[in-house]
Amino acid sequence: MYKLLLCLRYLRTRYIALACIISVMLGVATMIVVNSVMAGFTTEMRDRLHNFLADIVIESRGTAGIEDAAMQMDRVQAAAGQYIAAMTPTIEIPGMMTFTDPWSGETYTAPIQIQGIDPAGKAEVGPLQDYLDSYNQVLEDGVEVRPALRGREEPLGWELTAEGEKHFRMVQERNRLFLEDRQSGQPAPQAQESMPETESPVFDSEPAPVADNDTPQQQTAPELIFTDDDPQKHEPQGPLAARIYLGEGLVSFMARNPETGRQQKIMMVQPGDNVILSTITAGTPPDVTKFQATVVDTFRSGMNEYDSSIVLMNLDALQKYRGMHLKNAISSIHIRLTDYSHAPKVLAALEQAFPPGMVNIRTWEEKQGMLLSAVEVETAILNVLLFLIIAVAGFGILAIFYMIVVEKTRDIGILKSLGASSGGVMSIFLSYGLGLGITGSAAGVFIGLLFVEYINEIEDVLSWVTGRKVFDEKIYFFLEIPTHVNPWMVFWVATGAIAIAVLASILPARRAAALHPVRALRFE
Amino acid sequence: MAEILKMTQPLITAEAVSRSYLKGQHQVPVLRGVCLSAARGEFVSVIGQSGSGKSTLLHIMGLLDSPDVGEVLLAGSRIDNLNRAARDQLRNHVFGFIFQFYHLLPELSLLENVMTPLMIRHSIFGFLKRRREIREAALSILQQVGLDHRLKHRPSELSGGEMQRGAIARALVGKPEILLADEPTGNLDADTGAGIMELLNRLNQDQGLTIIMVTHDNAIASQAHRTVQLVQGRIQPAGREIATDPQQRRTA
Repeated sequence: MYKLLLCLRYLRTRYIALACIISVMLGVATMIVVNSVMAGFTTEMRDRLHNFLADIVIESRGTAGIEDAAMQMDRVQAAAGQYIAAMTPTIEIPGMMTFTDPWSGETYTAPIQIQGIDPAGKAEVGPLQDYLDSYNQVLEDGVEVRPALRGREEPLGWELTAEGEKHFRMVQERNRLFLEDRQSGQPAPQAQESMPETESPVFDSEPAPVADNDTPQQQTAPELIFTDDDPQKHEPQGPLAARIYLGEGLVSFMARNPETGRQQKIMMVQPGDNVILSTITAGTPPDVTKFQATVVDTFRSGMNEYDSSIVLMNLDALQKYRGMHLKNAISSIHIRLTDYSHAPKVLAALEQAFPPGMVNIRTWEEKQGMLLSAVEVETAILNVLLFLIIAVAGFGILAIFYMIVVEKTRDIGILKSLGASSGGVMSIFLSYGLGLGITGSAAGVFIGLLFVEYINEIEDVLSWVTGRKVFDEKIYFFLEIPTHVNPWMVFWVATGAIAIAVLASILPARRAAALHPVRALRFE
Repeated sequence: MAEILKMTQPLITAEAVSRSYLKGQHQVPVLRGVCLSAARGEFVSVIGQSGSGKSTLLHIMGLLDSPDVGEVLLAGSRIDNLNRAARDQLRNHVFGFIFQFYHLLPELSLLENVMTPLMIRHSIFGFLKRRREIREAALSILQQVGLDHRLKHRPSELSGGEMQRGAIARALVGKPEILLADEPTGNLDADTGAGIMELLNRLNQDQGLTIIMVTHDNAIASQAHRTVQLVQGRIQPAGREIATDPQQRRTA
């Protein structure tokens, strides 16, 4: 009983013990905050990676792909149908994209990854709708500057929005006039003069009917090499047969708006523009193939890696341009499982179902293994480093406890003269350490969780105080700082801190226990 | 007859106790074969100069220290070689200590200080079960020493005399058989010291408490039944003779 009483009394009356509590508290709070934010970012990143990749991906080994998508999908269905929620055939092929920047007039070519998809199927294995620009409102500093162009209920497809259509017409019209001027040999200034008349309906809010009737002989763009079934010949007026969703990062850059002084996103290509894609055919050896494609939409998945390299294209057109059309060949099948925990079973079943060596079957985690393990290692190292902070707090406790033991030497002698055992004296200081650990951890957990809860408000205040944005959502594609509190993480951090506090008090407690009563009593 | 027998059979005995301390490189002998015994109900005072070893003798008899050579006997059985736990128990049950500097625990109130030996004796649950009883015991002891109006005060708020009375109450609350007093008046002015001595005498006479008191003050020592003089770690034979008859010494 005296142990408890003295321990509590010492906790209350030694202000120096407050230093121990604060150091433990800060360590615990820091660990909780950092871990929660790290976990938030990691979860978010994993989600984005995962969403874009589907659970399991079956890939052909060569660029020619595997034949007969329907048959392959039946094979998958037969092997592991009960675990599969959705799957979609895909063609993945590297390529190049050439586009003209309307601001500078320069033409750029960028390396890309073309993914031929069926939008409805793709949307079933991942949240494609959330990424497409036209389905989402545009926010700037949390304020809506443009409503969503399409309703959520509108099915995914390759049609242009009304705005896209208008832009497309305007571009076509401009090109037509330009070409007419060229062909008639008229000098450029006159062409400029004639433009306003014909262009005026294009800039009206109504779609221009003029463009429909009077351009049967029209040729769209500068001369290009096309495959024999060039879609432009069949439907010269409307958007082209090849339709694409562009990764936003491919065609945008950030620039400072001179009026507002804010960073603003500038799009070099808009829905309705045509770009030139080049890739390779499925033949052996492959030939280079080039074709024009109409940009239908832009997407932003939040993973910079994807947004600045991937171009999503309609599967059938890509098959056609690559010469895979007749065999309905694809290069990969994206599969979403009903429950991701079945993945090992499904992998094993699929390995059995396909002839050895024909395809690669991997989960999204295996595909992104390098990135994911890098993040894991980073988190682990960070945790070790942060735990060292608590260890430093532990040494603080050790030093302070030694002081308290020295200060209390005579009291220890008194207790022993009254019949207290060495173990009893030791347990006073051990429970003192435990008390400090528990108090510090509890305070740390409280403060840490509070910090995590209000992290965005805190960020606002910090931004206001320092005058610059601490967390720029434009860089990270997050509106708010993502956090994820793992209860077990909190538990282990708190337990670890308490354990360190107790461990640090063992040495001083042993010293107190070993004090000789007579010497302790004589101590002045 | 029984009374006399009780008086003659010593309750506590130190037999040929020697103790030396290591000071730097040298062994410094503090006690050189001291024999001292106290019968039940006896009030013995040990007198000597600073460094004569009187405090060490008291610590050895109270099991706070162990002798290099010699034995300590309690009611005829040896206690200095018992294991640590048994000695802790004996200190708690049989001995009560009071010190020159009172040695109350500064964080606890007077009442809590007085209850400390009983808290040490009982486990948490035992204490909670007997809480009322223990409080009553502490209160009645504090009443005996005249401090029942100072229960909630911290030692720092008490005067020297009050602190020493508190220390005596603490020593007595566990109902010990032997009270070991190390210069109980050494830090007090004459009047207050006299009050403490009066209290000790009363306890000795009324309750038959065996008291061994160490002091360097002849006047204080003379109030005991018997005075023993320690000089350089040995009992002075003359001192013993003088001390046996307090009446005689008082006239001299």
